[in-house]
Amino acid sequence: MKLLSQVFAISVVSLRTIPQRMGSSAAAAFGISGVVAVMVGVLSIGEGFRQTMTTSGSDDSVLVMRSGADSEMTSGLSLDETRVIADSPMIISLAEQKAVSAELFVIVNLPKRGTGTDANVPLRGVQDGSVSVRPGFELVSGRLFEPGRNEVIVGAGAAREFSSLNLGDSFSIGQNDWEVVGIFTSGGGVAESEIWTDASILQSAYRRGSGFQSVRLRLSDGEEATFQAFKDSLTSDPRLNVKVIRQSEYYSEQSALVTNLITVLGGLIAFLMGLGATFGALNTMYSSVSNRTLEIATLRALGFGAAPVVVSVLVESLVLSLVGGAIGGGFAYFAFDGFQTATMNWQSFSQVTFAFNVTLGLLVQGVVYATLIGLVGGCFPAWRAARLPISVALRAA
Amino acid sequence: MSENNSGTVSLRAVCKNFRRGSEEIQVLHTLDFEVQAGEFVALMGPSGSGKSTLLNLIGGLDRPSSGTVEVSGEPIDRLSDSRLAGWRARHIGFVFQFYNLMPTLSADRNIDLPLLLTPLSKAQRREHVSTALSVVGMEHRAKHYPRQLSGGEQQRIGIARAIVTDPSLLLCDEPTGDLDRKSGDDILELLSALNREQGKTIIMVTHDPHAAAKASRVIYLNKGQLSTEPEE
Repeated sequence: MKLLSQVFAISVVSLRTIPQRMGSSAAAAFGISGVVAVMVGVLSIGEGFRQTMTTSGSDDSVLVMRSGADSEMTSGLSLDETRVIADSPMIISLAEQKAVSAELFVIVNLPKRGTGTDANVPLRGVQDGSVSVRPGFELVSGRLFEPGRNEVIVGAGAAREFSSLNLGDSFSIGQNDWEVVGIFTSGGGVAESEIWTDASILQSAYRRGSGFQSVRLRLSDGEEATFQAFKDSLTSDPRLNVKVIRQSEYYSEQSALVTNLITVLGGLIAFLMGLGATFGALNTMYSSVSNRTLEIATLRALGFGAAPVVVSVLVESLVLSLVGGAIGGGFAYFAFDGFQTATMNWQSFSQVTFAFNVTLGLLVQGVVYATLIGLVGGCFPAWRAARLPISVALRAA
Repeated sequence: MSENNSGTVSLRAVCKNFRRGSEEIQVLHTLDFEVQAGEFVALMGPSGSGKSTLLNLIGGLDRPSSGTVEVSGEPIDRLSDSRLAGWRARHIGFVFQFYNLMPTLSADRNIDLPLLLTPLSKAQRREHVSTALSVVGMEHRAKHYPRQLSGGEQQRIGIARAIVTDPSLLLCDEPTGDLDRKSGDDILELLSALNREQGKTIIMVTHDPHAAAKASRVIYLNKGQLSTEPEE
């Protein structure tokens, strides 16, 4: 307890001297806040992208593709295969309709609102069950497309990101004209970056015959046993050569490349900036120890041990870094959280719209990183303070 | 350590060398020095004669290159750094030329600092601080910060901080060196009273013969050697 009260007393003395060194202290805290803001900001991109992709599939939602296919892009299923899959008794029915949809998609080029340059958007052909296989689906304006007509409904993200995708707009791709008749959301999932139309219309427009690329469906529950039984029933069926995967797992794999890239990039940037901020903190704390040489020597002369002096220097450094971390985290939250953008999903070569997501976890990471910078930045000056020869320090000051 | 040793100082064959680059400088030469309990000793000598070095050795702020330093019967040159810090807190009161108060703490908080190293409760500490303030006549300035006090007042607070743990030995390094004559006289009177009435052993480094005249014994230090007469 005595050691604690010593540490507390010396730390109070130390912290109260901060205003006397406001310039260098503010510079150190500001440097650290910049590091945390950039780190949290960059990682919130990855987090937002990951969340968009992973909220796209619940555990009872299943995707069936051709065996060996890594993505829908490289998959192909015949009409017969999709019928065999759709006939499975394990697929649930919602509102007297089986929750299954055989789908195909093509990538189309449309101009982006911000730049006017073309970017890839998935144009997905779906069947009647498409809505029931996506639990978060909600038509926010307009109506569903009518089967057999060149009508599309557009995900809210795609409508926001691309021009000519407003409700009532028409756009041309190749020989085909399409009319936007509805805007939908899907709980922030990847489907919001897509354009949907009737599968049979898309097949004929793109000369795909009767072929599909995937089948989406829902099982009665998300239990592993249910999924495994369904998977076994399809993979052991001699009429099929398919791969069965949970949608959540599929999108998690899809997001891995971009998320990992952003995380590594964000980590690298944060590391390099953190190095700079550490030197800033070191400089500040060396200057603090230097300015407080007389105080430290006096306290040592009075009988205070080296340990409380070391801790007091570390406490000052930590307080500065925590203030910096809090400012940086706060800035990142208010500046970046919810910021809408789009990036390429390299698995489907198309744009995915998503929002930066500054999570509590990222803020904690930022503060922990700031603390680390403060600890490293305070360590050497604290050591120096502890080793200060008292008689020399009293004379020099 | 017996009680009757309390406040005694005994240095035997003490040498202190400093290294400056490759050169070894001998500051104190095989020095013997005794101070009895309750004495008020003034230590005089020209700048660089080793007065402060001698005071630092007695106060356990530095270690001799050779020889032994005993204070209150305890050979302090053999103590580890941490034990020495604890020993200083219990036995020594330091009074500095420039007061060395913590500028961000009020007078009473400054005086309270050495008490944090004792097992006293908060209430007991408050009582000790109050007593020390009354001894130096500064009760009315308890909540003032050093910048709000005159030099003489700051030195009084410095003395209160030095005596608050009731040490037997006060080491004063030019306590009046930064004060005008009137304030300096007040401080000297206060130190004399502490010596006279509370039996504190006081060793005071000073350049000022007027201050030294207040002591019961004056020792001169010149070129690392002690004498009872100033050098001609």
